[in-house]
Amino acid sequence: MSNDTPPIQTFDPMKVSKMFMARAHPGWLGLEYSAHGNNWVELKLPWNEKLLGEPDRPVLASGPIVSLLDMASGMSIWCARGTFMPVATLDLRVDYQRPAKECSAVWGRVECYRMTKSAAFVRGTAHDGDPEDTVATMAGVFMTLSADPKAVGRQIKAQAEAQAKAKETGNG
Amino acid sequence: MAEAHSLPAYAQALGISVHEIEDGAPILTVDFSADVEGRPQHYHGGAIAGLLENAAYAALRAQLVSDGREAKLKPVNITVQYLSAGKPQTSFAKARITRMGRRNANISVEAWQAERSKPIASAIMNILMA
Repeated sequence: MSNDTPPIQTFDPMKVSKMFMARAHPGWLGLEYSAHGNNWVELKLPWNEKLLGEPDRPVLASGPIVSLLDMASGMSIWCARGTFMPVATLDLRVDYQRPAKECSAVWGRVECYRMTKSAAFVRGTAHDGDPEDTVATMAGVFMTLSADPKAVGRQIKAQAEAQAKAKETGNG
Repeated sequence: MAEAHSLPAYAQALGISVHEIEDGAPILTVDFSADVEGRPQHYHGGAIAGLLENAAYAALRAQLVSDGREAKLKPVNITVQYLSAGKPQTSFAKARITRMGRRNANISVEAWQAERSKPIASAIMNILMA
């Protein structure tokens, strides 16, 4: 995607994915790591009957696709930056080309194509197997919240706690 | 009336329910829980979008029932504006159908928490009726 010299990668989406997706909304959705590059991340949303959008058809609701792309957006920003920092979604637009295939997982791939001091610009797609045949396309802007060291501290603490809890559950 | 305001599996699983009906359109609500959490003690942007989107569908379904129409709903797009952080509190959302056409509905939605006059997010959604 980008030919720029990659930043020193202290943020590894593959390594942190288990921790990020063990809990909270990404955990509830069951998001999984799929792939990543210098400035992009692809995540997988496995098929789940609880995410149906209509009573009479086994079709994924569109809301979980926004969540998938929102999460991949955040991670693409950390990839591009090479380090973790809290971000907040400012504006997110999703165009739905077609419903996802029945009973199919959906993949969301997002790249962070531009970053300024306080904003990060992202674009991405969702597909259900063939990246060329998109289910949805997305564009978004995120604010970076790195100016608040307390927020960073809280985030690191919460993640450490979640990790300890996951470890505990694993051993139990 | 019950069928006009029934919510899909996704909404129910996320903990979204109908708070009340106002001028024919439902106000949806969701309590804060780990299921909707993003960064610690804040709503996930995706969960807020889910609430907004469900409110849009709910308003449109109610309108279709009231018009005596039957249609399959297909989302075309959603644009979400995040206005302030979603704090760990109960959230609400209500949609207004800006334009009801034969094939497309343009819907605007707002989500708020303790103070309705201070929305935490808004969205514009286009939904096709096939």
